[in-house]
Amino acid sequence: MRQGGFTRGSSAIVGAATFGIGKCPGVSAVDMAAQAALLALADADIGLGEVDALYTSAPYEALGGMELAEYLGIAPKVTDCNRTGGSAFEVYAQQAAIALEAGLIDCALIAYGSNPASNPPPGVGMTRQSPWEAPYRPLAPLSSYALAASRHMHLYGTTRAQLAEVAVAARKWAQLNPEAAVRDPLTIEDVLGARMVSDPLGARDCCLFNDGAAAVVMVRSDRARDCAKAPVHILGAAHAVTHREISSMPDLTVTGAAISGPAAFAQAGVTPDQIDLAMLYDAFTITPILFLEDLGFCPKGEGGRFVSDGRIAPGGSLAVNTNGGGLSCVHPGMYGLFLLVEATRQLRGEAGERQISGARLAVAHGNGGVLSSEATVILGRDW
Amino acid sequence: MTPFLQPEAEWRAHLAEGRFMLQRSRATGGHVFYPRIAEPGTGAQDLEWVEASGDGTIHAVTVVRKKDPADSYNVVLVELAEGPRLMSRVDGIAADEVRIGMAVSARIVEEDGKPLLVFVPA
Repeated sequence: MRQGGFTRGSSAIVGAATFGIGKCPGVSAVDMAAQAALLALADADIGLGEVDALYTSAPYEALGGMELAEYLGIAPKVTDCNRTGGSAFEVYAQQAAIALEAGLIDCALIAYGSNPASNPPPGVGMTRQSPWEAPYRPLAPLSSYALAASRHMHLYGTTRAQLAEVAVAARKWAQLNPEAAVRDPLTIEDVLGARMVSDPLGARDCCLFNDGAAAVVMVRSDRARDCAKAPVHILGAAHAVTHREISSMPDLTVTGAAISGPAAFAQAGVTPDQIDLAMLYDAFTITPILFLEDLGFCPKGEGGRFVSDGRIAPGGSLAVNTNGGGLSCVHPGMYGLFLLVEATRQLRGEAGERQISGARLAVAHGNGGVLSSEATVILGRDW
Repeated sequence: MTPFLQPEAEWRAHLAEGRFMLQRSRATGGHVFYPRIAEPGTGAQDLEWVEASGDGTIHAVTVVRKKDPADSYNVVLVELAEGPRLMSRVDGIAADEVRIGMAVSARIVEEDGKPLLVFVPA
């Protein structure tokens, strides 16, 4: 049996694009997803007619898979619009890798667009508030992450200044990325002095809520050789769901990344110390700290110390979230696809001023819900 | 045929009568909260209602900050003596002074015309 459901490196990302990062007024979410999709197909030099699998997660349309298929005028053999929040796109990379190798499909398109900043969402979303939590008025989803952060600080002595290091590192990377939405200087003192929202998380500990679209195209590795750019291979992928609401999280300081991470690394046959780039979903400053621990970059409880003294900023010991992350580049509600695009750009050597020299291996780790759904993808060049 | 358990409705009916109830599996002895039709993990459906001790410990805490500090409020996760964890609020103490590890006791208060489970320092 194949470990993880597909053979290491049997498929690859051959096209990647972003569109409309920051402000994208006057259009709908599906317009944006379609534009990113066409840009990614052009990047791969693949025609729309070749796409036979479509994976999306529409922000306000529960039946968004069908919506995007109709919009693009294609009849995919596989269509998905799953409900694992921001982690959906890492799950799609895994599902596409399996379906490609199985011969079910030949060309997978993963696309997403959302413009909540320009086109504020309607009052009623696609999720309901839990009747067991709503009466206590937690800010959704911020207070849930704040509760997890409080527990981590209590058990491991993690400090607000260490959380602030994550925001400052993201901003320093964003300053090297012309596409990042927020690029003005940010210091530890700025983060600590920002308005407190839900202790211990202040306004600068929270991701952006802006517009953006992204897409990637995946094919089998034999087909990938004929594409326009160097293929970025999927070496391993795994997914774990542990709960829906924070009150049911089995352990507030250990996420499902402790399951998905080791499984994805084992399938890829690599270890965290070999990774050149870690793209870790940063909805809040606590999340990269948890994922660094759970993915095995440092022991449990050491994440705060690991990120200190600029260690994940430009020039640090591990490059994390080089696009500026959800904290400083883009976060239109579900950010996971942007992780895969940035990993692809870095592994191709297309990242300009922020390029990590000789980058060959990356991990993209997506998070959904309130630390509820965790999906890890290991990507490699010249694997 | 035994009428199908109505987990949330039955729990709220107990609460309205002043009782904080948990479910417990007869076979495994495990306590369940929030109420459901089977014990998570085992699928055991032999659940019975038992009164909670009301004892718990603060497991995690946040304070939701409002423009007027008087309007700020705490949101906590309480670990019950019986094992399950739940979201609640600690009354009878300044929002800022709730600490992880504090012993707390359950109280049923009325809020917006409905009974609500909260905790106070033990």
